Amino acid sequence: MRRAIVTGTATVSGVVLLLGLKPHSDTPLAGKGTNNNFTITQSGAQGSQPGAPSAPSSSQSGSAPSSAPSSAPSSSAPSSAPSSAPAPAKSSAPAPAPAATTKNVTGDAVDTRYGPVQLEVTFNGKKITQIQVLQYPTETGRDQEINSYAIPQLNQQAMSAQSANIDGVSGATYTSQGYQQSLQSAIDKAGA
Amino acid sequence: MTVRHVEQVMGTVFSIAADDGAGIPAAVARLHALDAKFSTYRDDSPISRMARGEAVERDPEIAEVLRRCAEIEADTDGAFTAYPAGRLDPSGWVKGWAIEEVDRLLTAAGSRNHLIVGGGDVQARGEAELGRPWTVGIADPLHPDRYTALVRGRDFAVATSGTAERGAHIIDPATAEPATGFASVTLIGTRIAHTDAYATAVFAMGPERGLEWVEERAGIEAYAVLPDGATVETAGFARYLAG
Repeated sequence: MRRAIVTGTATVSGVVLLLGLKPHSDTPLAGKGTNNNFTITQSGAQGSQPGAPSAPSSSQSGSAPSSAPSSAPSSSAPSSAPSSAPAPAKSSAPAPAPAATTKNVTGDAVDTRYGPVQLEVTFNGKKITQIQVLQYPTETGRDQEINSYAIPQLNQQAMSAQSANIDGVSGATYTSQGYQQSLQSAIDKAGA
Repeated sequence: MTVRHVEQVMGTVFSIAADDGAGIPAAVARLHALDAKFSTYRDDSPISRMARGEAVERDPEIAEVLRRCAEIEADTDGAFTAYPAGRLDPSGWVKGWAIEEVDRLLTAAGSRNHLIVGGGDVQARGEAELGRPWTVGIADPLHPDRYTALVRGRDFAVATSGTAERGAHIIDPATAEPATGFASVTLIGTRIAHTDAYATAVFAMGPERGLEWVEERAGIEAYAVLPDGATVETAGFARYLAG
């Protein structure tokens, strides 16, 4: 009979991503329906992402104004202005303007067993560059626990899925499915 | 060109990606019909009425489901049961079976390549695109920012049982206590209904007995994350690992 093999190094770290957790209050998950910015943006480490803005985070919450990553992001997240115009006038340098345009799309609010989940997704062309969770269940401490675990993970999954050609995720459950559905609806609306 | 569809049903969401979406309407109708019959969240479903001890009309599908559950219970030495916590609830079989029904209807309508995800359980058929097999990420139960593994294949099923999102919710029928030996365990097989039911059973068995149980069976492999973060896999699992 064969025995199970113990391995310690199966962790996948092929996709380098930057988690942008930005708690606005004592608890990062307080307030149902508020715009808690569990955002995630793609780090510039992926050389194979031409055109993807490698902004470390969106502009709100005064995170460090990071020393200008290659190309400045053309839209600041909260304004929601679907800046489909090619880059704001500010750009003085002959920036390597990304060909694709940036737009924000709000996904459907999806009812899950635990409460509604709704996302706003920022696209640069067909690439997802940022995901914000607009609503998620926070009724109970358990919800908060679930979501503090699930939401960053889901963002990670969504962001890496497109770059690593991951077609599906095993292990997700109810909240995640609401997330996936809201994400999918945003993708559908974006025509991405 | 891939057709995508997402459907909220059975207390979760099913997502379908198919190279030919002709079968999607029939598959969606089938999912809702199964939900109406087997939902444990609807007081008026035949299963809920049976669970309350009410008489229900003879139904060949319900009989079939109960028979399958009994088979798997015997198969797993009681680690899987249609009566978790003492109450009739065959969901552990029905969800995977529903995914297989979607697979069957898509195939019947002409799709050769599709991926169906239902509440984190996956059935893959054919390939994602010409020459590229389907790739499925296994969520890391301990690290929100990572997958613990990526698996790849053409015709295969992936099911994960774990505590990360819903807490210790899988009861070990042997002790009537929540099972806590794994952070998560993922099974890979060919068809998702058995793969999913077995994943639940293996989770209840715990690492020592569960992984050995998998090793003794042809056609399934397992990958586990233990509560301390160590990972364990069966001997044949590596051939599914991507990258």
